[in-house]
Amino acid sequence: MSAYPFTDHTYDVVVVGAGGAGLRATMGLAEAGLSTACLSKVFPTRSHTVAAQGGISAALGNMGEDDWRFHFYDTIKGSDWLGDQDAIEFMCKEAPSAVLELERFGLPFSRTEDGRIYQRPFGGMTTHYGKGIAQRTCAAADRTGHAMLHTLYQQSLKHNANFFIEYFAIDLIMEDGECRGVVALDLSTGTLHRFRAHTTILATGGYGRIYFSCTSAHTCTGDGGGMVLRAGLPLQDMEFVQFHPTGIYGAGCLITEGVRGEGGILRNAQGERFMERYAPNAKDLASRDVVSRSMTIEIREGRGVGPDRDHIYLHLEHLGAEVIQKRLPGIAETSRIFAGVDVTRQPIPVIPTAHYNMGGIPCNVHGEVVTRKGDDPSAVVPGLMAIGEAACVSVHGANRLGSNSLLDLVVFGRAAARRCAQVVKPGTGHRPLAADAGDLAVSRLDRYRNAAGKRPTADVRLTMQRTMQDHAAVFRSGETLREGCRKLAGVFEAMDDLRVADRSLVFNTDLVETLELENLLLQAAATIHSAAGREESRGAHAREDFPQRDDAQWLKHSLAWVSADGQVHLDYRPVQLDTLTDEVEPVPPRARTY
Amino acid sequence: MAEFRLPPNSRFKDVPGRQYKAPPGATSVRTFRIYRWDPDSGDKPRVDSFEVDLRRCGPMVLDALIKIKNEVDSTLTFRRSCREGICGSCAMNIDGVNTLACIKAIEDVKGELRIFPLPHLPVIKDLVPDLTNFYAQYASIKPWLQTRTPAPPDRERLQSPEDQEKIDRPSACILCACCSTSCPSYWWNGDRYLGPAALLAAYRWIVDTRDEATGERLDDLEDPFRLYRCHTIMNCTEACPKDLNPARAIAEIKKLMAERQY
Repeated sequence: MSAYPFTDHTYDVVVVGAGGAGLRATMGLAEAGLSTACLSKVFPTRSHTVAAQGGISAALGNMGEDDWRFHFYDTIKGSDWLGDQDAIEFMCKEAPSAVLELERFGLPFSRTEDGRIYQRPFGGMTTHYGKGIAQRTCAAADRTGHAMLHTLYQQSLKHNANFFIEYFAIDLIMEDGECRGVVALDLSTGTLHRFRAHTTILATGGYGRIYFSCTSAHTCTGDGGGMVLRAGLPLQDMEFVQFHPTGIYGAGCLITEGVRGEGGILRNAQGERFMERYAPNAKDLASRDVVSRSMTIEIREGRGVGPDRDHIYLHLEHLGAEVIQKRLPGIAETSRIFAGVDVTRQPIPVIPTAHYNMGGIPCNVHGEVVTRKGDDPSAVVPGLMAIGEAACVSVHGANRLGSNSLLDLVVFGRAAARRCAQVVKPGTGHRPLAADAGDLAVSRLDRYRNAAGKRPTADVRLTMQRTMQDHAAVFRSGETLREGCRKLAGVFEAMDDLRVADRSLVFNTDLVETLELENLLLQAAATIHSAAGREESRGAHAREDFPQRDDAQWLKHSLAWVSADGQVHLDYRPVQLDTLTDEVEPVPPRARTY
Repeated sequence: MAEFRLPPNSRFKDVPGRQYKAPPGATSVRTFRIYRWDPDSGDKPRVDSFEVDLRRCGPMVLDALIKIKNEVDSTLTFRRSCREGICGSCAMNIDGVNTLACIKAIEDVKGELRIFPLPHLPVIKDLVPDLTNFYAQYASIKPWLQTRTPAPPDRERLQSPEDQEKIDRPSACILCACCSTSCPSYWWNGDRYLGPAALLAAYRWIVDTRDEATGERLDDLEDPFRLYRCHTIMNCTEACPKDLNPARAIAEIKKLMAERQY
């Protein structure tokens, strides 16, 4: 083991990940005077937040009447009642101040004629509890995520935050159920680093790359979720994977819901605006799960477009070149490059594409990670927090509303920093780490670096991705899910026969992709087993053999523990149906139509 | 001052590259000649040739690089993430031009595709350059909103759509470094000249109507090297994969400098 000596670092707080949530936490921690390290496997502005397009929701009421209580109601309904209402109240109430704060940081928002932040309609966002259409999504053209990520990085520079860039976090350092820090690999030198901290905040993003076709970046491998599972902790609601209605057919690149917010329309092979049949009120702006299912049914029933009738057209020609240039310039560019389409004259070929993980690391409204311990369904794991897409607070429940994810990042990034400022006194002394701290990381690193089997990492990864695509997509059934579970067990076996060709230490991406693959695979298992377990249809989880929502049995969060060899253990936690304060009434479950 | 000739351990023509043939039955073959250097090996750099069957490959250069890494040589090293031209990771020199591999179509290049790391930067490995200096230059222009007037307590700072328009394009920079590393002046004086990317970022804050540090920002740039090593060569604007215009932003800064003298 001496072949891999550690460099040791000690901080008050360590943040893993430098996307929207990680950066918002990092700057808040630096501002609060806590010594903070932020580790990221990519330079911060390359994080996947950069690809968010349409905007960030907040009931500012700049473009018409609005109230955070309407936003609260919409988010609960969007979540198909699986969201925790205390967390949703917190997020929606904090939203206006979180967005105004971004503007004060200099975020280049698009503007209304009177100079306010421009807001556009988005799916599922209504006024007066479903009666009107809200304009709630604050936008910087169609690159809001880019504007936000760069703004937060700039603020981190202003506050002189400590970054460890191109450091890949391998494993948590756990000691008697408490998190003491994290082990990371410095990619540019190949050296190992041990970060000791009072609190470790996981802001590692989603794990979209378990699917063959997804809008997620190559780097969306859910490294935090993988580390948590290896630490013997569960992940929550992993069966809920959002398929975005409009990924570009073939390439998978995202086309923002903002296109439909600005008036874009989906049409089938007959030219019919079919969403009028499925969602008579909201039409093309129904929730994403509803639109993705409707599109899939249209294609299945033979009304898809193209030579194989296997996709749908998204029209925005009628918006006119000026609106497109002003509000959707990035979409015009992406469509031209990846679909060869001039959006002022032709429709974009689109298909539902894996996009977002509602599930993740279970945590409370402060961002503290929780687990089920005996009779306590919400026992806090000392020293460990999670925020952003990596976390499951849960504000998105069974289905996230568009533009609530950027909001989630800044609200809970800020809340986590505040919580640390409350509970960690700057400069508090640290106990020494256990003698074996970091051994798990070293053993895995060494094993994969010298893996000399027959299956290249990319080959095993492809098998996993195809399995998930075929067995756990928009529509699911017990039979296909169980077959998927069996195939995935085969992928776990293949991990023993891996081949990593790059034996070097400097920037060994072959090795990193292998470590990422293990993270992905553990979460793929959690996803498909949780999906097989949940015998109802709710939000993004649509079971053909159980087409109805079943609140009597299934109004609860799934928890999944996954062992290194792919054995999955399921349990459940109650959904929080009460609000945090009496400023708003809880919304009891009812039928969900758009 | 930069050296005219690459140091001996950087010359890639001394070592023959490896050749990887297309699989039998390939019908639409293109050759990718790719710069390789592994610091751990102690060997000099070389250029390897990979034949790729385009019928079994996505349309972009990044698709080909990933195909090679997945199926032929997993030691091939490059950065990539979003694959849709917004994260800026996969900036490299393709066919003699700096661009993003993910939005550069293979069919837009004639003949062999020659792929090198961004020029005039230290190489970490293969196509991965060291951007430390580039990022430090970006940080040096203080790329954050500076104000003295307190913000309104309960609403945003107002900005007209016309004023927003001024920062809309300049703020769309993705920090890929294609522009700066295409600039001969930056090649020569990259240690002291800020380069087009950092100057475009400076301009974005100078023209932001909410920012109140315009004078200090211009003072910081008033320097024979930091700003004035731009000689209007325009390679930056030519290279920008996001169709931004750093050359124009630099010219505007120079104009503001001249105007405030009188």
